[in-house]
Amino acid sequence: MSRVRADEEEYWHSSKFRAFTFDDEDDELSQLKESKRAVNSLRDIVDDDDDDLERVSWSGEPVGSISWSIKETASGSTSSLDGRDSSLQKGSSSYAALPKQASSYSLSSLFKGRNKLPSFQSLSDALTDTGVKSYAPELRRPKAEYKDYSSDWSPKDTVRRMQRGKVCSLERFRSLQDKLVLLDEAVAGHDGNVITAVLIFLKRTLRREILFRELEVRQVALCHLIHFLREMGEQKFLLDLLRFLDRTEEVALSQYREHLNIQDVEKRREFLKGCIGLPFSAEDTSHIQDHYTLLERQIIIEANDRHLETAGQSELFRKYPRKASILNMPLVTTLFYSCFYHYTEAEGMFSSPTNLKKTFKIPDKQYVLTALAARAKLRAWGDVDALLTTKNWLGYTKKKAPIGFHRVVEILQRNNAPVQVLQEYVRLVEDVETRLNLATKYKCHDVVIETYRDLKDRIQLTAYKCKVERGSAEEEKIHSILSNVQIRWKN
Amino acid sequence: MSGRSRKYKIIFSPQKFYACEMVLEEEGVFGDVTCDEWSFYLLPLDEDIISMELPEFFRDYFLEGDHRWINPVARALQLLNSLYGPFGKTYGIGRCAKMSYELWRDLEEESESEGQGRKPEIGHVFLMDRDTDYVTALCSQVVYEGLVDDTFRIKCGSVDFGPDVTSSDKSIKVLLNSQDKVFSQIRNEHFSSVFGFLSQKSRNLQAQYDRRRGMDIKQMKDFVSQELKGLKQEHRLLSLHIGACESIMKKKTKQDFQETIKAEHALLEGFDIRESTSFIEEHIDRQVSPIESLRLMCLLSITENGLVPKDYRSLKTQYLQSYGPEHLLTFHNLKRIGLLTEQSAGETLTAVESKVSKLVTDRAAGKITDAFNSLARKSNFRAISKKLGLIPRLDGEYDLKMPRDMAYVFGGAYVPLSCKIIEQVLERRGWQGLEEVVRLLNGNEFCVSDSTVEDNPACESQRVVLAVFLGGCTFSEIAALRFLGKERGTRGLGRVGSRRERGVPALQPG
Repeated sequence: MSRVRADEEEYWHSSKFRAFTFDDEDDELSQLKESKRAVNSLRDIVDDDDDDLERVSWSGEPVGSISWSIKETASGSTSSLDGRDSSLQKGSSSYAALPKQASSYSLSSLFKGRNKLPSFQSLSDALTDTGVKSYAPELRRPKAEYKDYSSDWSPKDTVRRMQRGKVCSLERFRSLQDKLVLLDEAVAGHDGNVITAVLIFLKRTLRREILFRELEVRQVALCHLIHFLREMGEQKFLLDLLRFLDRTEEVALSQYREHLNIQDVEKRREFLKGCIGLPFSAEDTSHIQDHYTLLERQIIIEANDRHLETAGQSELFRKYPRKASILNMPLVTTLFYSCFYHYTEAEGMFSSPTNLKKTFKIPDKQYVLTALAARAKLRAWGDVDALLTTKNWLGYTKKKAPIGFHRVVEILQRNNAPVQVLQEYVRLVEDVETRLNLATKYKCHDVVIETYRDLKDRIQLTAYKCKVERGSAEEEKIHSILSNVQIRWKN
Repeated sequence: MSGRSRKYKIIFSPQKFYACEMVLEEEGVFGDVTCDEWSFYLLPLDEDIISMELPEFFRDYFLEGDHRWINPVARALQLLNSLYGPFGKTYGIGRCAKMSYELWRDLEEESESEGQGRKPEIGHVFLMDRDTDYVTALCSQVVYEGLVDDTFRIKCGSVDFGPDVTSSDKSIKVLLNSQDKVFSQIRNEHFSSVFGFLSQKSRNLQAQYDRRRGMDIKQMKDFVSQELKGLKQEHRLLSLHIGACESIMKKKTKQDFQETIKAEHALLEGFDIRESTSFIEEHIDRQVSPIESLRLMCLLSITENGLVPKDYRSLKTQYLQSYGPEHLLTFHNLKRIGLLTEQSAGETLTAVESKVSKLVTDRAAGKITDAFNSLARKSNFRAISKKLGLIPRLDGEYDLKMPRDMAYVFGGAYVPLSCKIIEQVLERRGWQGLEEVVRLLNGNEFCVSDSTVEDNPACESQRVVLAVFLGGCTFSEIAALRFLGKERGTRGLGRVGSRRERGVPALQPG
């Protein structure tokens, strides 16, 4: 094998040599390993044609035959492995070459073809157990030939190496035991990158039920797997995992989350409909239901209004062209929109505010606040007034605001309401100090004057004279109040 | 194919993840690209701030439980170690802090430590998990730098000022660090002092300019060559910062900043809870800001050990109605991370309370609930706050210009918990006497001394403290720690923060 050493970057990073760790000791030895591996990999390709080629080991045993495997396990178990963990003693788990076994001669021909490993393993295991070792003569092959140099590391060392960024082949951890030890070591090492790498390997080499079962008792690893699945978009696998763990609510939420990826409104609506039956908690189910209903209504309103807009007949739409579509907007925004463009519609219409209020059980406070904002924007002061007026059973009207009049004033002021309109509501602000502040700020002179009069504060009232226009009605008012002898002034 | 051969190289920073390689492999392109890793861990943002610039840290670790960033943190520590020599003492609190420390020690042991022969320059290192103190991260900031961040967003030590700030039709990007002479003087100040300072400086500047009236040719020449540039520079900076202040004030007034602060203070101190809850409800109804509403709800939840179930349900419904139904997912995330939870049934006095409340009006019922709740519940924050004296006793006006403690960063109302812990541990050189507090913070504290470093209080390095916030820290905390530094005579408090990130935005749906 010749390699172009000059272009080292290319060399070390190209896929063929991926698993090789080059900064380990003996270069010559590693070269040998490399050659060996290259040759072995070639063999794998060639080996497809089982009948024509038979591999025979040094002792004359066909590779892959039972007797051959006995020998391997014998030497494997008797040779000292320099402190490697005892899991290697478990025989055939350490040899990657085995799966491709086949030979036309000897007993192994019974196992020719696409046999699954398990049956083979159990047989050889069984044979080993019955002390068959004695049948196999000792082999004197150099140890280096057996071992894949880079995969000599124990789980702990493997994790260590991976933490330092080295690429390690995890393939040799074949028994479930080995895998779990590796996983636990990774978790103990605190490096999430390594934990995830091990999980990727486990996911690939374990049946999911087994993986799930083992992760159920390993919280940290479980979190990593879930995060990994989310990031990779492996929705189905994730849902299966969550179902196995009986985390039904999360199953529902994970599925619901998918709606964010659906751009088409109709498809999204369909999807949401499907979400309603999912195992949410009782409250969340009603939220999902509302989400669906809202989108359904929005689609209808949008279609209708788009039509109205293009037809050009509606003055409202012409004067205040829509800046955005109502689709996927929150409920309150939809209510605002409805109060803006469809205020007077009957309750039967989907686009009417009262319909929205009823369908979604919008509390009064929220409704008044939103409707107020919408009507104020349109400068419909009459509507504002109507919203804040209630008639009691005797027929008397009263001004009431579920949100506090200072908020009403704020909304009106933001929409440049004329002073006369503002004044009326400033007057109704309960807290005196706030009332004074607002009145002074927005030049609602009458309110200021009246308040000072009520507070019997002569000094302030006199001082306020300079704020009003000379010769105005307000000045007159102040004069008349100040000269009123019946008032018992505080100061 | 165009007939051109192309080479592709992917550079991963700060680290290449195995999952990335897996994706490349699965997509069949692994052999077509060369991969490289640029291990960039520490970004110095200022003379006393270092950042790891990992905005994903908070979400990945605290929400998803993924430990992938612990290795970079350990490596950053390793880097600092090799640059500045062994650390004298290392303190920490929190699971992530502990794990980072352990991994770092592992890495140190394996590698031939290059910092071995180096003179120790950092006396103390403090590692803290963000979840030790969520409260501080949730409070509105009132120091200048914090407000600039809240309003304009400071990224990597620089900020974009738009036309409304620059009073021109251009936006500019400004580097905000101690090099900016004006900024360095106002950054840690409470906002109330800033305006006064800036106007004073403007007046001085004007006076300087005016000097040129009485100058002769020679003096004028000197003036132009030496001073004018500096003055022009200062003038430019001043006008920028004044513009920024105006923008901040405009925005804050619009969002009822004053009232928000009042509600926050009430929550921190533990009274008028019902009023604060109503304020939050109205905040949501008015659609003021989705992030602000959430922030307030989380603050309520953390200080009160969870929302009363009735409030939780009602606020959640209103939030979904105001800001969008998909935030169902946001609420779920926040619940998972412990930022916005509801009290479990056993924690609220139900039977008696509901009976009584049926007999009284709404307002009174609220007050009774308050009283009952504070009796029945034990709230960790309140207990910790009491133990550590986080709410300063007010005897007279709190002087914000010459503050006497770290509480000034929140207008005198609250000493940041995280900073208080650091202060206490440094003072005691360990956790002695803080056992109760540690228990309330769920343990995981540690304190390790490096035996090779002599523990000499007079040593220069003793005055250098490195505070590491795993999950980010706020400018308010930085300001508070700078104050602490000045008080204790410690030099340059360094911070390695996985980038400062207000937790809430990271938890949006999806």
